[in-house]
Amino acid sequence: MLADKDRIFANIYGLDDPFLAGARKRGNWDGTKKILKKGREQIVEDIKNSGLRGRGGAGFSTGMKWSFMPKEVGDRPHYLVINADEGEPGTCKDREIIRHDPHTLIEGALIASFAMGAHTAYCYVRGEFYRETEVLQRAVDEAYEAGLIGENACGSGYKFDFYIHLGAGAYICGEETALIESLEGKKGQPRLKPPFPANVGVFGCPTTVNNVESIAVVPEIMRRGPEWFAGIGKPNNTGTKLFNISGHVNTPCTVEEEMGIPLKELIEKHAGGVRGSWDNLLGVIPGGASVPVLNKEQCDTVTMDYDALRELRSGLGTAAVMVMDKSTDIVRAITRLSAFYKHESCGQCTPCREGTGWMWRMMERICKGEATLEEIDLLEQVTYQVEGHTICALGDAAAWPIQGLIRTFRPEMERRITQPATNTDQAA
Amino acid sequence: MTDVTTKTENPEDFAFTAENMGAAKAVIAKYPDGWQASAVMPLLDIAQRQNGGHLTQAAMDHIARVLDMPNIRVYEVATFYTMYNHKPIGKHHVQVCTNLPCWLRGSDEIMETCHKFLGLDNHESSEDGIFTLTEVECLGACVNAPMMQVGDDYYEDLDADSTLAILSELKAGKTPKTGSQIRRVSCEPVTGLTSLEEQAELRKAKVGGD
Amino acid sequence: MVKITINGSEYEVEADLTILQACEQVGVEIPRFCFHERLSIAGNCRMCLVDMERSPKPVASCAMPVADGMVVNTNTAKVQKMRRGVMEFLLINHPLDCPICDQGGECDLQDQAMGYGIDHSRYAENKRAVKDKDFGPLIKTIMTRCIHCTRCVRFATEVAGVPELGAMGRGENTEIGTYVEHALTSELSGNMIDLCPVGALTSRPYAFAARPWELTKTESVDVLDAVGSNIRVDARGPEVLRILPRLNEDVNEEWISDKTRFACDGLRRQRLDRPYLRRDGKLQAASWNEALKAIAEAANGVASASMAAIAGDLADCESMLALKDLMTALGSANIDCRQDGAKLDTRVRSSYLFNTTIAGIEQADAVVLVGCNPRLEAPVLNARIRKRWVAGNFTVGVIGPEADLTYPTTLVGTSAKDLEVIAAGKGHFAKVLKNAEKAMIIVGQGALKGEDGAAVLNLARQAADKLGMIKPGWNGFNVLHTAAARVGGLDLGFVPGEGGLDVAGILAGAQSSTINMVYLLCADEIDTQALGDAFVIYQGHHGDAGAHRADVILPGAAYTEKNATYVNTEGRVQLGRRAIFPPGEAREDWTIIRALSAVLGQTLPYDDLKAVRAKLVEANPNFLNINQTTPAEWGSFGTEGAISDAPFASPVCNFYMTDPISRASETMAHCIETFGKDDERKTGTDG
Repeated sequence: MLADKDRIFANIYGLDDPFLAGARKRGNWDGTKKILKKGREQIVEDIKNSGLRGRGGAGFSTGMKWSFMPKEVGDRPHYLVINADEGEPGTCKDREIIRHDPHTLIEGALIASFAMGAHTAYCYVRGEFYRETEVLQRAVDEAYEAGLIGENACGSGYKFDFYIHLGAGAYICGEETALIESLEGKKGQPRLKPPFPANVGVFGCPTTVNNVESIAVVPEIMRRGPEWFAGIGKPNNTGTKLFNISGHVNTPCTVEEEMGIPLKELIEKHAGGVRGSWDNLLGVIPGGASVPVLNKEQCDTVTMDYDALRELRSGLGTAAVMVMDKSTDIVRAITRLSAFYKHESCGQCTPCREGTGWMWRMMERICKGEATLEEIDLLEQVTYQVEGHTICALGDAAAWPIQGLIRTFRPEMERRITQPATNTDQAA
Repeated sequence: MTDVTTKTENPEDFAFTAENMGAAKAVIAKYPDGWQASAVMPLLDIAQRQNGGHLTQAAMDHIARVLDMPNIRVYEVATFYTMYNHKPIGKHHVQVCTNLPCWLRGSDEIMETCHKFLGLDNHESSEDGIFTLTEVECLGACVNAPMMQVGDDYYEDLDADSTLAILSELKAGKTPKTGSQIRRVSCEPVTGLTSLEEQAELRKAKVGGD
Repeated sequence: MVKITINGSEYEVEADLTILQACEQVGVEIPRFCFHERLSIAGNCRMCLVDMERSPKPVASCAMPVADGMVVNTNTAKVQKMRRGVMEFLLINHPLDCPICDQGGECDLQDQAMGYGIDHSRYAENKRAVKDKDFGPLIKTIMTRCIHCTRCVRFATEVAGVPELGAMGRGENTEIGTYVEHALTSELSGNMIDLCPVGALTSRPYAFAARPWELTKTESVDVLDAVGSNIRVDARGPEVLRILPRLNEDVNEEWISDKTRFACDGLRRQRLDRPYLRRDGKLQAASWNEALKAIAEAANGVASASMAAIAGDLADCESMLALKDLMTALGSANIDCRQDGAKLDTRVRSSYLFNTTIAGIEQADAVVLVGCNPRLEAPVLNARIRKRWVAGNFTVGVIGPEADLTYPTTLVGTSAKDLEVIAAGKGHFAKVLKNAEKAMIIVGQGALKGEDGAAVLNLARQAADKLGMIKPGWNGFNVLHTAAARVGGLDLGFVPGEGGLDVAGILAGAQSSTINMVYLLCADEIDTQALGDAFVIYQGHHGDAGAHRADVILPGAAYTEKNATYVNTEGRVQLGRRAIFPPGEAREDWTIIRALSAVLGQTLPYDDLKAVRAKLVEANPNFLNINQTTPAEWGSFGTEGAISDAPFASPVCNFYMTDPISRASETMAHCIETFGKDDERKTGTDG
């Protein structure tokens, strides 16, 4: 278990002052200038060596991503864009950073921008986080006033601006190229790649899009050294991670823990255990709505890291752990997610626009027992017809939960079709 | 979702107030020269707030002029994002999350409570213009499920009673306590900290006054 | 060049291609819906997915650039399965209304479903229904059929430059439309019908008129402006049912204007289908013999100096040649093809051509428009100017009417006085032109038809000379014509001969009774009330202004009814072809004049089209170069003289009705009802 001294987000619960005075007490903004003095390459190298993988869901090496930016800044300025469009069902970690530990993010943005030659960072916050944004804006204003950012950030001679951009209700804007489109004042419809954002991103300029948590852990990594971060967790799955534990647990909560912590330990130690008891567990969606569900046997032993969950054909995603006990109507639960993806499909490309609606309608009928057994196979075929054929990963995200359901809970789906009278069709 | 709007109103029917025009200009200044269209979403939000909660064609056309972009590009954005309303909405826009984490913890009951108390179906507004009820997707407060958003504020860790209490207060013109409706500050375990215990003292001080 | 392996065979292709283009070059077919060569890449239909080695996911071949060593497979079972999958998604919400869909038989979705789809539906849910939109009198919408390829949105935004269409909403509720319902205000809107790969956007006037396989298709050229757009005339029996564009990269690419496309219903109305004679003040039907005899009788006793002929805007070269030859034989020098009185002459060919050529616009880096509105006078040419503007680093200045040309312009001035300043090399915009590598001046008829037209032409030439628009390999001097007949008429010397009268002189002569006989060859754009007591012969195809004033009417053929030669504003000689026969007793135009010449005792020396065309070449060797432009030598032209400070105006104030055909068109009348006349529109909204 992670020791408190190794926790980066010391005020994640907002028990202390989120603003500059409190932040400084927690060690934020300590020696930032010295960190910048290390130079661009060294910072990128350190982040690579820390093993930090993107905390937004995909898990790509953050340092590697930074290194894709052009080494020299040419005619086109570089941009850092911070993805705070947190909307993956189950996920509520970035919200806590923004409203309770905003200075970790602002300081991280400065260091990351510096490392990539960017003088401007845009933080794209989902529109519903209006109050959270008020806190972040106040923190940004403080940082400007204190000279931590602005014309001469931390006295380093580096100019750095931090702007907040509010979204307006579109899950798809969490996809990096859709977010860039949205930031340019367009519909949030993902772009074709190539070109990649590191070459042509926002405003036609080299851009890196990073998740809030990825950026917010950077200052502590730089202060304590990459070895410290790399020493936590498991090889290739290093560092600390914010976990959101929701659903049928006794005390749902957010907690910063070590990567690779056993799922069972995570739930029992921090979330008060599964409602009823561990044996009352039906399954867990371990990484936000788009990753396939695990059954109890898998949950017994799995550790919470990218590789272990990938092995079970699920994923760590955003580390949003949704726990479902035996009272859960699992088919209805996944149907709810299908409705979500249908609602959030941007409508740009064919398989997702048409497929999400088709999948949801079949799920609805299966829920109600108004389907045929063959339709489970048809449904599965349709998920594979969507997966991998879309511009962005939303198509995959819509397909995976259903694939996971069929893989893990097919007998329950069949039961609903063959014995519709026994359907409860409700939660809890 | 798209209602085809017929041109019925005078496009001059909307203009930013001086104060909001100032705010709009400050927003536009955040983006590089020539990329003022980036400001379209914040400006739609400003216009919607000025207009009492929904957008009109006149407001969208006004923004198109301010940002020197074709009207149609503004319409596209305004119909793509769900937070822009195209019909008048109540003073209190009650938005209940029913996505999986909330549903697992009883959002059906919250929605039912709202239905009954407000006498409204999904997407309906009360005749007195006080309430609009909308079922929404995940609002990103999942460890505080079930929850709802009213206006800009989150109300979390709800049950039928607390929901009823909040709605009643709103109806009475009062300001209910926002955030968690049970004995916790935010997203920590309700039964006590399992990490960051050194802040427990501070916590006591805060929650103590509750 | 890069090496790329497609389906196991290695090819060398240019490095700037996409996979789809490379496949096309080597003859590998890739199905597609959203991709279109002339529009930006959307990559949204996913029909063109192919398998690429080392890529975990299939790639959209329309958007993926080729790279050296790339290995692509387009014919594997996996790719076939992907295509079936995408096809199925496109079809689940597409109605099964092919039997009542006008796109049937020429529908990409239908064709590709046959080629790549499966033969049954697995979709058990209700299909989506979408409310139709009102896009105006030209485009009929059945939005339930829409597959969201966004070609129409991209065309409106990028090519037409009229950003009125968008995709509203999101997900499966996405709808293409204008949001605030209104008719599309582009003069090029009909092209969206061609671009739409399904039956969502179809031609409203052509609705339920015919199936494509019932139509005979004739390749021809358009005459309703001076661009000479290449068209295909689709006819069934005696009727032209529709007109479609034909690809010509040098002229119209694959676009045509809405007038070109939709005015064809005017070919069926108010037609002159038999000769008429005015008896007792009334036009009465007559036989060809009676009509020709009446002319011979009237001509008897009219001095040759009192005869005159005017060629109109739709006249073909063959009939102008014949008429000129006849008038010469009769001894009259009073001929003119410049109905509008434009002060152009035939001494220097480059003085009346669009020398840069339409395709050449794409090489220019600055242009000044003088007295013209290309959007109304030549919408397809205007699209080329816009295309150049979209490519970047291009400045457009305007001397004359300020208008929304679909690209930004700088107002340099309004009258000849402002042109004089530029011609003197003074002012900011003169500098822009001078500094440009390849600058253009485009002079419209609006600048040339005034009293000071010749002086304006002189100033324009001076400007071209002085500002470096004329250099080896580049001629930036351009005249934009509005009449399909004009350049051909000038090439044939259909202008007053030695001591002859021009149009104004002819009209004045008719008023003062010194001109007693006037031959109008499709000439309707003059003041026919000013023809006094002259004996008027009208040869043409519509009962328009000229016919109403005529003493004898000789029914001719419209452009779809004859094999005829036209020369466009660039000086490009193009052949129109007969798609249907002229109605009733109407005849191909040159044969009418040939028949009249015999009755008048001045038999013209040609009996068939071949012989006429040989004469055309004799008259001007340019007529040898079919479909080509020949660079015209630069020279001195125009006349120094006083100029007026009156503002220039475009000769086209009503795009939808500029000639007898479009004036007879019901569709064009609907357009005017919807959009108003351009001049009315201006005062209506600006005033």
